[in-house]
Amino acid sequence: MALSLFKILIFPGFFFLSTLALVFEYLDRKLSARMQNRVGPPWYQPTADFIKLISKETVIPSEADHGIFKAIPIFALASTASAFLYIPIWGQQSLFPFDCDLLVVLYFLTVPTITFFLAGWFSSSLYAEIGSIRAMTQLFAYEVPMYMALLGPALLAGTWSVSGITAFYHIHPLLSLLNLPGFFVAIIAAQGKLERAPFDIPDAETEIVGGTFTEYSGRYLALFRMAIDCEMVVLAALISAIFFPALLPANPVLGMLAFLVKTVVVVFLLALIKTSFARFRIDQMITFCWKTLAPLSLLQILIDLIAKGVILS
Amino acid sequence: MIRMGKMVPYIMQMLVKKPNTTLYPSVKAHVEEHFRGALKFDQPKCIGCKICMKVCPSNAIEIERISETEKVYQAYVHMDRCIFCGQCVDSCPKKALENTENFELASTDKKSLKVAI
Amino acid sequence: MAKMMVPLGPQHPALEEPESFNLLLDGERIAAATVALGYNHRGMEKACESRTYIQDIYLLERICGICSHSHSSSYVQAVETIAGIEIPKRASYLRTLIGELERVHSHLLWLGVAGHEIGFQTLFMSVWKDRELVMDILERLTGNRINYGMNTIGGVRRDIDLSESDEVLKALDLLEERTTYYIKVCTEEQSIIARLSGVGKLSKEEALRLGAVGPVLRASGVRHDVRRDDPYDAYPDLDFDVITDDHADVLGRTIVRVLEIMQSYKICRQVIRSMPEGPISVKVPTKIPVGEAFSRYEAPRGEDIHYVRSNGTDHPERVKVRAPTLANLASITNMIEGGYLADVPIVIAAIDPCFSCTDRMIRVQDSRSGQEKRFDWAGLRQYSIDWYKKQGVDLTQAKASRKD
Repeated sequence: MALSLFKILIFPGFFFLSTLALVFEYLDRKLSARMQNRVGPPWYQPTADFIKLISKETVIPSEADHGIFKAIPIFALASTASAFLYIPIWGQQSLFPFDCDLLVVLYFLTVPTITFFLAGWFSSSLYAEIGSIRAMTQLFAYEVPMYMALLGPALLAGTWSVSGITAFYHIHPLLSLLNLPGFFVAIIAAQGKLERAPFDIPDAETEIVGGTFTEYSGRYLALFRMAIDCEMVVLAALISAIFFPALLPANPVLGMLAFLVKTVVVVFLLALIKTSFARFRIDQMITFCWKTLAPLSLLQILIDLIAKGVILS
Repeated sequence: MIRMGKMVPYIMQMLVKKPNTTLYPSVKAHVEEHFRGALKFDQPKCIGCKICMKVCPSNAIEIERISETEKVYQAYVHMDRCIFCGQCVDSCPKKALENTENFELASTDKKSLKVAI
Repeated sequence: MAKMMVPLGPQHPALEEPESFNLLLDGERIAAATVALGYNHRGMEKACESRTYIQDIYLLERICGICSHSHSSSYVQAVETIAGIEIPKRASYLRTLIGELERVHSHLLWLGVAGHEIGFQTLFMSVWKDRELVMDILERLTGNRINYGMNTIGGVRRDIDLSESDEVLKALDLLEERTTYYIKVCTEEQSIIARLSGVGKLSKEEALRLGAVGPVLRASGVRHDVRRDDPYDAYPDLDFDVITDDHADVLGRTIVRVLEIMQSYKICRQVIRSMPEGPISVKVPTKIPVGEAFSRYEAPRGEDIHYVRSNGTDHPERVKVRAPTLANLASITNMIEGGYLADVPIVIAAIDPCFSCTDRMIRVQDSRSGQEKRFDWAGLRQYSIDWYKKQGVDLTQAKASRKD
């Protein structure tokens, strides 16, 4: 019992996740700065930002609903942290694996987007309202391709558990090459879920000031930003668990190292996409996701179904 | 889709280059020759005609006689009013004023901005 | 969703300078828009009347940081016309050189800002990195990075020597390579084209009717450029193309501006190669004779008009500035209505707004009665005294000027 509590809260649970979140934010900002020929922030910048935000005064608009306003950031952080428990970090098993935990993880990852929508909606500010509607509209665009892209490898592996998928591809590493279209779709959809360029439409600074987070300040903004950073770690870990299953030595230390290397590669790809493109407009994003990403993920499912048929026969 | 990401080759090049940032203030900023910075006054040349005071667009320079017996003048510049245009430098008939390249003139105390040059 | 009235400004991250746009939103589309000016009014024209002609050069230069040479050159041309003097050829070539370098600087700045408005931070950072090359040359030639202080009545204040012109040519080669890359990016990168194309349409007839000037007008297909139609300085001797484009939207304006940068490089090289020898200024009396003059200049943003009237003393009687942004502002509501909210910042940025240049004297019309209310100086002063008296403050006892 005590060991489980330790595992959930400290390592590899919440505390480990938060530290990794701050490290990955630093890596992302440093990489995108270097890609633009700038210096970038020092290593302690995300921690300093977090501490600074916590110590600032919190201003809540008088017309906003105080209860929901204060409770929403906690929901966002809690659901991303809970999703992390079901993703394998070193080795092939996550902390508490069970059948169908892939779907649970995906649902846990949808909750933060809904909290962004609620945060904007209950802020009673014009810009926040527009931002929250955009966040919801964006959810309809990338959610379906992402789900289908992640379900393709699961079909081939024959199990809905993340740990099960990892174990299957560890045994048959060459089959993971069939999942390349799905990997491509998952990376782009992850960029949309994290609301980073080119999909940072709900948080478009030049158009709607702060987007959904316009009225947030102080502690609550710190929790939201921590939730977004944790979401990046969880998505990077999920994508590397499903699409890069090779390099899983049994040794825990080497396993942790392999995990870090794989997730850093995913973060590098996300940073590259963030730097290379202009922001889309919301109608262009919906068109792009439904006309390009959804057919690709359907193709992925098709490939996996055919491969499954070939293997079984 | 294929026509996107035109800037990716440039980005990858930049990733391995040294950053373009000048790490001021630990590294000195590069200032060109003949940059119009703070004024310098050559006291022996000044004849007290006060033409510089008349042409200054912002009343930044003051010339005062500091000796009862001899014609010796002192110039005071209000650094918060000077726009560093150099018109006083051009108009002085004896070429007693000159622009240096010093631009690091900030101060937290307003009174210290009236400087004797 | 019901229609919402969203204010864009006066303080907004999209605008560099304060301006108020009130947008009536219907979902993501704009149903109606109104513009309100005046937040940056600094009383420049009034301040000109209490300073001498030479002091006014420095004042008018600081109307704007990016078109500062245009304002000062246009003013100085007007004063020289009233005084009836002809400046030496070398001085006019030097003015042209600085004016064209300023055009390069301004258009590169605009390209970076456009990248920022569409969320493309990398374009913004890399264009502004290359802009530093131009600013370094300008610092070398004139002594300051902006607000150059190059003009004086009767010519220019600084000369250029051989080493400086060599440096300028070397920097121009480097800049030309970079600008060619940016032209390629702007015309081929799909995400930029998707954001800029079809946005902010202004047809040729509308542009002429609303009085647009500069790249906005040229992007709608009208071949109008003050450097060609009413040449000044060294332009009669130089060979360059007036760039027009038929897209009539923001992409067209982008293309016009980047191609104009290439033309500026061509002009700068011609100026340096064929710079005539001679003095750089002539002596002008401090008291300008009675008269008035009207001078036009092609600033990077469009046609800049200065009007100067003198009454024989050494202070001008009236100076009036019509900045190009004021002419382009009328077309904004036309361009935004019917478009998306996401396009509003880039459409506003595409006319290259410089609201500091724009805010001069405006007429206030009461919308109900149609009456025009105009204050003169004494009436304005009395109005403010009465207003403060109602608050309980007696201003007539206030001291005169500050003595530090």
